[in-house]
Amino acid sequence: MRNITLIARRELAAYLRTMSGYIIIAAMLLLVGILFTTVVMWGPSKKSAEIVGEFFKYAAFFSMVGSVLLSMRLFAEERQTGTLALLYSSPVSDWEIVLGKFFAALTFLSVFHLTTFFMPVLVMVYGKVSWGHLFAGYLGLTLLGACSLALGMLGSSLTKSQVVAAILGGVFVTLVVNTYFLARVTLPPLTQILEAMALYAPIFRFMEGVVRLKDVVFYGLVSYVLLYANTRVLEARRWR
Amino acid sequence: MIHVEGLTKYYGDHAAIRDLSFDIKQGEVIGFLGLNGAGKTTTLKVLGCVLLPTSGRVVIDGHDVVNESHEIRKLIGFLPDTPPLYDEMTVGGYLAFVAQLRGVSAADVAARVREAEEKTGLVEMHGTPISALSHGYRQRVGVAQAMVHKPKLLILDEPTSGLDPAQIVEMRTLINKLKGEHTVLVSSHILSEIAQICDRYVVIQGGEIVAQGTEEELSKDLGSQGVIELEIRGTAGAAIETVKSVAGVKDVEVVRLDDDGVVLRVDAEGDVRPELVRALVEEDFDVMKVDKATSKLEAIFLKLTQEN
Repeated sequence: MRNITLIARRELAAYLRTMSGYIIIAAMLLLVGILFTTVVMWGPSKKSAEIVGEFFKYAAFFSMVGSVLLSMRLFAEERQTGTLALLYSSPVSDWEIVLGKFFAALTFLSVFHLTTFFMPVLVMVYGKVSWGHLFAGYLGLTLLGACSLALGMLGSSLTKSQVVAAILGGVFVTLVVNTYFLARVTLPPLTQILEAMALYAPIFRFMEGVVRLKDVVFYGLVSYVLLYANTRVLEARRWR
Repeated sequence: MIHVEGLTKYYGDHAAIRDLSFDIKQGEVIGFLGLNGAGKTTTLKVLGCVLLPTSGRVVIDGHDVVNESHEIRKLIGFLPDTPPLYDEMTVGGYLAFVAQLRGVSAADVAARVREAEEKTGLVEMHGTPISALSHGYRQRVGVAQAMVHKPKLLILDEPTSGLDPAQIVEMRTLINKLKGEHTVLVSSHILSEIAQICDRYVVIQGGEIVAQGTEEELSKDLGSQGVIELEIRGTAGAAIETVKSVAGVKDVEVVRLDDDGVVLRVDAEGDVRPELVRALVEEDFDVMKVDKATSKLEAIFLKLTQEN
């Protein structure tokens, strides 16, 4: 646990001491804000819950994009600068390395989520939205963000170029989103199979304010499997 | 301290090192010599638990590098060929991070960081961001991170790489200070940089060990007691003849020929410097320089790498 905290603190400090993290968050916040304003102002009048649902949809999309951008440097940069040798030669396990980086990135992503909080609160003030709905939505964003970060980290662990890492992470996340849409146009039993694989599907229930243990476990399990894959990639690098 | 037996590492189809075997005793300072691409870095990376071997056995302080690498990593400090530095951190912050990562208790971290900074001359740089450091200082921070937790074994891959002559002297002095306190493995492809600090040498060429031992042992194995460099004022041809006439001289090579003299490299059996000087002075030559020790190891190294 000590090593996980150490690595997480260092990674978090790296996000805070460099401009890239702030730029990513600021850009995402701007885009979510523009889309949120458009949804509120445009078209026929909507129920508050619908507006909050729409907000979570955009926030979820940018959360995935942000996850890829925040995670692209986590391993690729270490390999590029040679600092991975420091971690490899220190008495820390691959799990501790992966979890330390993962929790740091998740904490920083949560900062983005926190900065969007005023938007649904505005709807809450002027309309009728429950705290439970907001809790469910943000829980969904965090869980989806965790899975996306784990996917992005996998991309980052496969290359020493941050650009290639971002492309790989983007491809992984796009595939996961497309699985959901592909399920809409296929016939059973393929529909069920693709839906079961779709990382994007449970988020819609969270957006509507519904929290199911099944969905939480699903996101938790997917994150675990992806992080485990990260540890295997790290171990494989020692053999190459 | 270290037992290596049949160590082999393949990158794809290419064998970076093949069937290496050697032993290192506790407290020794061992020089890994080899040209670029000889396999030094790969060997040190395996010893530093950064890479795992394709085959062979490496045991460090009784622990196997494949099955007990976690235990080994508690005992070692590793400086890779590129110092593993986080540019956004300060020197002090970075060393504290590494110390904690390598198991130093929170109560001891400040003292260990201070000690490492004092040994490497970094005290004044404590609060400086690593990104603002010169190459020489970055290399020092690299050494400091390797020793901050007082490891039994220090592995330094090309610690003098890219340093200016003054910095090389400083680095040599630093490594000399570490003698006795740690077992030290230091690699270089520039012999003069580590010639004065090592107890023994392991010479690697083409992924294989071509020789190992002390400087004297290597010299003896090659049937040579080294090379002597002579700077003589006078007629070159006559000077060469005089040098050749001295018993024990095997070969004479002209290094530089000037209007007023010649610089010769003399390959001889045994230390024939007194006989050479006597013979030259008797023939009325002025001997401006007689140099043996500085070029000796280089001669052995060149001979070994050329032969292989």
